[in-house]
Amino acid sequence: MPAAHIDIQHVAKLSRLSLTPEEAAHYEEQLDGVLAYIDTLTAHDLGDVEPSSHAMPVFDVLRVDEERPGFTQEQCLSNAPKRVGDQFQIPKVIE
Amino acid sequence: MSLATSTIAQLRQRLTAGEITSRDIVQDVAKAIEARNGELGAYLSFDTEAALKEADVADKSLPLGGIPIGIKDNMNVTGQPCTCASKILAENYTAPYDAGAIQKLRQGGAVPFGRLNMDEFAMGSTTENSALGVTRNPRDTSRVPGGSSGGSAAAVAGDIAIAALGSDTGGSIRQPAALCGCVGLKPTYGRVSRFGLVAFASSLDQIGPITKTVEDAALLLNHLCGKDGRDSTSLDVEVPDFTAGIGKDIKGLRIGLPKEYFIDGTHAGVSAAVDAAIKQLESLGAVIEQISLPHTELGVATYYVLAPAEASANLARFDGVRYGHRSSSATDLMEHYLKSRSEGFGPEVKRRILLGTYMLSSGYYDAYYLRAQKARTLIRNDFTEAFSKVDVIVSPTSPAPAHKLGELKDNPLAAYLEDVFTIPVNLAGLPGISVPCGEVEVEGVKLPVGLQIIGKPLDEVTVLRAAHAYEQAR
Repeated sequence: MPAAHIDIQHVAKLSRLSLTPEEAAHYEEQLDGVLAYIDTLTAHDLGDVEPSSHAMPVFDVLRVDEERPGFTQEQCLSNAPKRVGDQFQIPKVIE
Repeated sequence: MSLATSTIAQLRQRLTAGEITSRDIVQDVAKAIEARNGELGAYLSFDTEAALKEADVADKSLPLGGIPIGIKDNMNVTGQPCTCASKILAENYTAPYDAGAIQKLRQGGAVPFGRLNMDEFAMGSTTENSALGVTRNPRDTSRVPGGSSGGSAAAVAGDIAIAALGSDTGGSIRQPAALCGCVGLKPTYGRVSRFGLVAFASSLDQIGPITKTVEDAALLLNHLCGKDGRDSTSLDVEVPDFTAGIGKDIKGLRIGLPKEYFIDGTHAGVSAAVDAAIKQLESLGAVIEQISLPHTELGVATYYVLAPAEASANLARFDGVRYGHRSSSATDLMEHYLKSRSEGFGPEVKRRILLGTYMLSSGYYDAYYLRAQKARTLIRNDFTEAFSKVDVIVSPTSPAPAHKLGELKDNPLAAYLEDVFTIPVNLAGLPGISVPCGEVEVEGVKLPVGLQIIGKPLDEVTVLRAAHAYEQAR
């Protein structure tokens, strides 16, 4: 397998982060180093081992489908950086 | 003498005897913070008036009645800030609710007091990734306190908190406790509700106590645990009295020493202190056995797949719409997301979001995340096998004492490798404690060393019993 390489500007876009060319070069170099280390894992034969998503397996945790108290509208909006009346405000998305 | 130097157990006695009031304790802690926080930078904020109000009405008959507890700044406490030491939450966020662990703490009578510094979003092991200030090690202020719960450990060890809560994803309670010279306990995954703890890596995060003594860790843990319907990973199991093993002997306790944890890269002074601790445990009647955890070498790589992958998903919620920093210069929605997030997150958080997004992106899932989940199974199986032969496992908490400020900065891989002894415990979901085990002299300063004691799932009682027996014999 060739050495792992991260296409930093593509990944930045997926991450919804914008990077200056200097930042991009810096992160790319650092993360390629981390990925090279992580190759100790990809080089190891893990074959048919069952993957575990949690250390303490619990499955299909359901709650009773009933009303329960939640935030008021005002509480939901209380930390909004920008609001109009009873709504969150975002930049215009339709012309 | 200031009450801030006292333990929970000591304060309980004096409160019950009517010698002091909760107000006295909060006032003394506030005075201690004012005197020493400028130097240590452990607290990001504290509201003495609010804490005094709560102390005045605290029910003294409860086990933690009127005891102020410092809170890592990533747990929601109604009406208080919750910055995660990030610019993205520092400007305008006030918690509208209590985290599950905070509710439990209040039910025990405790008063949440003060917000403690940390690595931004708990990503780091020095607290230098805080965007909001530097925290210094109380033993040597030119050194880091460890992290990510560095503010919690520095406050407790520096006697400007009675006790504190931290969170531990890869060692973030145990390692700073070791480096500052106090006690830190990570409970079994699922013991403590994660509801209201700002999520970093959901399959690994766990809240736990940072205290001056092992007994205090048990007392505090008694009021953190229990099933919470709002965290589907919280376990529906009986909560024992965690002080049950305090004061009991450890004759015949089988202690395993994993050969993979006693390695050349460990600082010689740390090895010497841990070896002496093992001899001490043996002299108390414990039976020492050599064991093997053969997949230890996969631990750090596994963690640095799982944790950034989960973090990249968890931190997607910071969109600058519902809460947190919002860029003032964006003209369309995409630019709004890009700018708000890029202005708000610091370098280590960006690194991990980028790494996690890459590993979860199309075509890479099987190569990274799935493989890491398989490796986690192997690491967990290693522990299961070992615990068929021994009751607890002992190791150094950290391979080195506290580094100088700046020493590991901008060298992510070197910093990641510092977590080698603590990470597997999170991957396997086990309880682990760090208890002070002596000192190592570096450049004329005596720096604390931590002994890690790892237990079977849900067996915090035995971990605390072993830690207490050792602490008392030292």
